Formats: sequence, structure tokens, C-alpha cells
Amino acid sequence: MVDPANTVGIPVNPTPLLKDELDIVIPTIRNLDFLEMWRPFLQPYHLIIVQDGDPTKKIHVPEGYDYELYNRNDINRILGPKASCISFKDSACRCFGYMVSKKKYIFTIDDDCFVAKDPAGKAVNALEQHIKNLLCPSTPLFFNTLYDPYREGADFVRGYPFSLREGVTTAVSHGLWLNIPDYDAPTQLVKPKERNTRYVDAVMTIPKGTLFPMCGMNLAFDRDLIGPAMYFGLMGDGQPIGRYDDMWAGWCIKVICDHLGLGVKTGLPYIYHSKASNPFVNLKKEYKGIFWQEEIIPFFQNAKLSKEATTVQQCYIELSKMVKEKLSSLDPYFDKLADAMVTWIEAWDELNPPAAAAANGKA
Amino acid sequence: MSLDHEINKNEVDIVIGALNADLTPFLDTWRPFFTGFHLIIVKDPELKEEELNIPQGFDVDVYSKTDMEKVVGSSDTTAMFSGYSCRYFGYLVSKKKYIVSIDDDCVPAKDPKGFLVDAVSQHVDNLERPATPLFFNTLYDPYREGADFVRGYPFSLRSGVPCAASCGLWLNLADLDAPTQALKTEQRNTSYVDAVMTVPLKAMLPISGINIAFNRELVGPALVPALRIAGEGRVRWETLEDVWCGMCLKHIVDHLGYGVKTGLPYVWRNERGDAVESLKKKWEGMKLMEKSVPFFESLKLPESAVTVEDCVVELAKAVREQLGSDDHAFTQAADAMVKWVQLWSSVNSSG
Repeated sequence: MVDPANTVGIPVNPTPLLKDELDIVIPTIRNLDFLEMWRPFLQPYHLIIVQDGDPTKKIHVPEGYDYELYNRNDINRILGPKASCISFKDSACRCFGYMVSKKKYIFTIDDDCFVAKDPAGKAVNALEQHIKNLLCPSTPLFFNTLYDPYREGADFVRGYPFSLREGVTTAVSHGLWLNIPDYDAPTQLVKPKERNTRYVDAVMTIPKGTLFPMCGMNLAFDRDLIGPAMYFGLMGDGQPIGRYDDMWAGWCIKVICDHLGLGVKTGLPYIYHSKASNPFVNLKKEYKGIFWQEEIIPFFQNAKLSKEATTVQQCYIELSKMVKEKLSSLDPYFDKLADAMVTWIEAWDELNPPAAAAANGKA
Repeated sequence: MSLDHEINKNEVDIVIGALNADLTPFLDTWRPFFTGFHLIIVKDPELKEEELNIPQGFDVDVYSKTDMEKVVGSSDTTAMFSGYSCRYFGYLVSKKKYIVSIDDDCVPAKDPKGFLVDAVSQHVDNLERPATPLFFNTLYDPYREGADFVRGYPFSLRSGVPCAASCGLWLNLADLDAPTQALKTEQRNTSYVDAVMTVPLKAMLPISGINIAFNRELVGPALVPALRIAGEGRVRWETLEDVWCGMCLKHIVDHLGYGVKTGLPYVWRNERGDAVESLKKKWEGMKLMEKSVPFFESLKLPESAVTVEDCVVELAKAVREQLGSDDHAFTQAADAMVKWVQLWSSVNSSG
């Protein structure tokens, strides 16, 4: 058994790293009570709340937080016809928050994620760990058996080529979850009582050429470097699939990061995931995805971007063309998705004019 | 630490390279975990002392220079099996399915709960469970108690592939190179990372020979004692034989569709040698590693190489052709690899 941390009494972080350079994006349909627990670590930061579902519902934000909130009406107003690319009735809508943010970094977290405890019982400041992960290099070109070589107490092992020890810039930091693990519906049905109680004290870079399942529950990224590729797809209302939003984004960003020479890390920090969603509901949402991913994975594994694609947007548009060409035969959904990917980029560029994003692409 | 199932001790040989004559402290500390297993102890042919000091109570076979000379002749004995490479002789003559090999300056580590780690059982467990090199599982080893494949992991890849090697880690004196340890003289590894994971397909890594296990039946000949750097010494800071072996092994494993795991078990590595002293030697290893990386990165073994032996021979050919002109050490390594395969066939031909 594992419990969340009790953060009562912990003072608000007096030296919050990147306070003015980071936005916290939270999708919600219910309430934001979980933010009470996160005060010591998150209160100094600006929140972008993306309210899914009924726009007339009033979402209460705990006192003391500085935030902007967008509901469906806002999304429609701001994007006009392009709002079609933003999912409705699915947490995929969170990517709208990435688009409207003006900051360099994004941390996104689900509203059922609380503060975890490390093995010593101390409350884990997940945001601080994500920031450390993003600010320090990745090592995708050669695997270090002692994991993150830049971490206090660690280093590169014997045999690690010296020419690769500077690493590359980190674009994404993927955190993990104690208590309710991020299992798919079939696994949830088979193991309803399984809880993740194992705290693996490591951060590591996912090697170049390797794909992974990116979970959006506890995720941070450099918006300047990879933001436009963090589109969470068409899910939820009116769509044949759900619970694959973050997966889709994860496959896209990994292919693009590999192409642009950026790094993706996984491991610490842990958050405490409190709510197990209904596996039967999940099964209905994931059902098609389970079959489709068998085709989608080889597609991404073999996706080769051209030398001419040097910005994230260019890479993403190229990817969307490949999706249309190669995956439409799998299901007409992918044709729509490919179009939505283009719409997303158009919307992104409209809201984020190029002059302000001169640093986009290679760091 | 309990594992899901009992391992069959008859399938395992524990191979120890003796670079020190007195193995009593080493074997006594490992006794709880070595009992019941067959041990192969191979004496470094250049060790001055005549006899090894081995305590009672172990089922052990000892091999020394004379045994090596019977198999490979006297000049090749030193070339192939001196120093840390002596353990490869043990791999050669073993008849078992799994090999577990630990340097003689390592003792059992303690886990965060204070229990001694049974490195042998953990290694065998790693080898018996499938590896998953084709897709990264963010919860690490999916077959471990309390873990599983995460959402988004393709179902067709969930049976995994056979695990060819298990690379363990080290508490206290980690396997850092001389410049790094010399710079951070006080640094000791105190971080116990509670995970086993598969190193993804095509990812290269430095495999350390300090704490390693492998499936001999599956990939035995691929562990090649081949690369010798000039002035190779009897501390790990002065050798690269295992790193080269590991680069070859990983490439062959990737080609044949098997997997390599890394992580648990930890061993506790004792203080030995002096990194600063080792630094004083001209360290050839660094240059050789730099040249190896682009070579392995672009290397493609032919489709026709379907056995481990074929792969080693093809790899040796590529080494000779592409790296031979860069450094004589590579030509020698290529020759040694070919010789090793022939040796392996002749010693193991009776099955």
C-alpha cells in the first residue's frame, strides 16, 4: 500500500524555479480541489485551465492561484472554425492550453493526481524535478547504465564515448505514477487491485529510435522546442476512439525529437494517482485503439522525415501527410486526424506568430 | 528478496576470474548465494602464485594456464586469456545453459531494506523472463511482481523475446572510467535503483564485465575476448575488453532478435587500485571507443548471418575492413574473434 503525501504545513516554495517561464496546464471537467494539496509546489506558478464538457458549469479554483480559464465557448471564439481540431469531452482538449500559453515551458497534470512520497516519506515536488530534467541534457545516442549521468552522485560509466558526454537539449520530461498505474482497460480488468508501490529512483533518456507510451498525466516539455508537436489528436465526443490522445502525441514527438536531435526523458518525478477510471468505460474508448496501434506503431517506427524538415511545424506537417497516405486505409478516422493535425499547426502559428518563436526547432 | 519461482541450479555455472590468489574472503561472503551451484574458477595465467586459496564447501573446478595451453597453445593462452579475460576460458569450457560472472573484488550488496542481495538468483530470473527491446515500457520490467505493460504498449509485443544477457550494477565503487573517478575521488554510488529494464533495439551501451550473466546456449560465442588495449592492466580502469565484447554482443543480439537487460542486481564493489595512477597510463581505450561508435552505429550484419557464430565471423570481417586501418588493436580483435569462434566450435562440438 502506498499513500499520498500530507503537504499541510509545508511552506510555499520560496524559490520557485522558472516561475515566470512556465505555465501549468490542467484539463478539468469536475473540480480543482486537488490543487489544495499542491499549494507548496504549484501556487507560485500561472495556471491555464481548460474546462471540458458543459461550459456553463462554474469551476472553482482554490484561492491564491493565478490562472486563466478557457471553456468550450472560449475555444470556439478564439479558434473559430479551427476549433474543430480540439477534442470535446476528452482530456485531449488540454492541448489548447499549450497553444494559448506564452511561456517557454509547460507542465501538465491531471486533476486526480496528488503529491507522492519518496521512500524517505518526504513529499515529492514533481514540478521541480521536471524542471531539473528539462534544464539538464539528455543522452539519446548511447545508453548510460547508471541512468542520468548528470544527476548528483552519478556519472557516465566506463566505456561511454567522451564525444557524446555533452548530451543534447531535453525537450520532454515524462513522469510516473504511484498507486493507480496507467494500465489499459484489459489489464485493469485482469488486475483491478494492482497498485504501483515501487519507487524507482531514476531518470533516464529514451534512446533515439525507440518509441514509448507517453502518458499525459504528469508531463512537462519545452514549448519552444517541441510545442507544436504536442497535439493530442481527435478524441472523445463524435470520435471513434478515446484514451489515445497522449499516446498519439507521444509517438509524434518522439519521431520529431529523434529527427531534430532533441531528448526525451522518463522516470522521476512520481505523482500519486488517486482515481482508477472505470475499466468497462475505458474498454469502449480504447477498443479500436488496441487494434489500430498494431499498425500505427510500425508506421511511426518507419516514419522518416526529410532533411528539409528543420522546424517542428515542418516535421509535423510532413508527418500529417504520411498519416493521410499510409493510415487512411486503416480507417477514415486517420484521414480526419491528418487534416486536424494541419489545422492544429495553422492555429498554432496564428496564435504564436513566427517572430515570437525564432528559437523553434533545433535548440 | 523472493523471486516468483525456484531456479534450477543445475542449469547455471558461476564463473569467476581469479586475478587474486586468495579467494577466501570473496567466496566466504558469497557462500550463502553460491551454495548449491557449480563454480568454475579460472586463474589468470599471469598470476605469480602457484595455488589459489579456495575455502572448503564449494563445488568447484579450477582451471589454470596448463589447461588453457592444452586447448589453445601457449602463446595464444596469454594473448586471449590474460587478466580479466581469463574468465572467458570458463565460458568456453562450461556445459551449462546460464553463466553468472562476478569480479573477484565484489561482495553481495544490501538492498534499501538492509537485506543482502542474491545476485545469482536475480540474474537467472532476468535471463529466464523475456526481454522487451522493441518498445519501451515506462514501468520498466513488465513481468515483475507488481508491474505490467502500460497503456499504449502494443499487444503483439507483449510476449517479448528471449533474454540473452543480464547486466547488473555496482554500489560503492561504480564502474566509472579513470578520468571520471580521478576527478571525483570521493564519489561512491549509493543510489539503489529498484528496476530491471530491457535496453532497446539498436541502442548502444557500455556493458561492464564486473557483474554480468548470459544465456550461454543462446549467445555463448558472442561474448568475445578480443580487444586488448596497450598496457592493459589488472584494474578495470585499465581495460576495455568487456566494453568491446558488449558492443559486439548487443549488435548480435539485436540482429538475432534477442534482448539485453540492465539494472538489478547490484553488487558491492570494493575499493581497489587508484584511478589517478591508472590515469597516468596513456589510455588507448578512449580513442578506440570513439572509433567504435560510428562503426557499430552504421553496421548492418547480412541477413544470411543466422547463427551466433556466423554473426561473430561477419562482425570480425567488418571490423577488419572498416576499422583495421585505424588501429592495429582492431585487426588483432578481428583475428581473435575468428579464432574464438573456431575454438568454441571445437571445444563444444561434442555438444
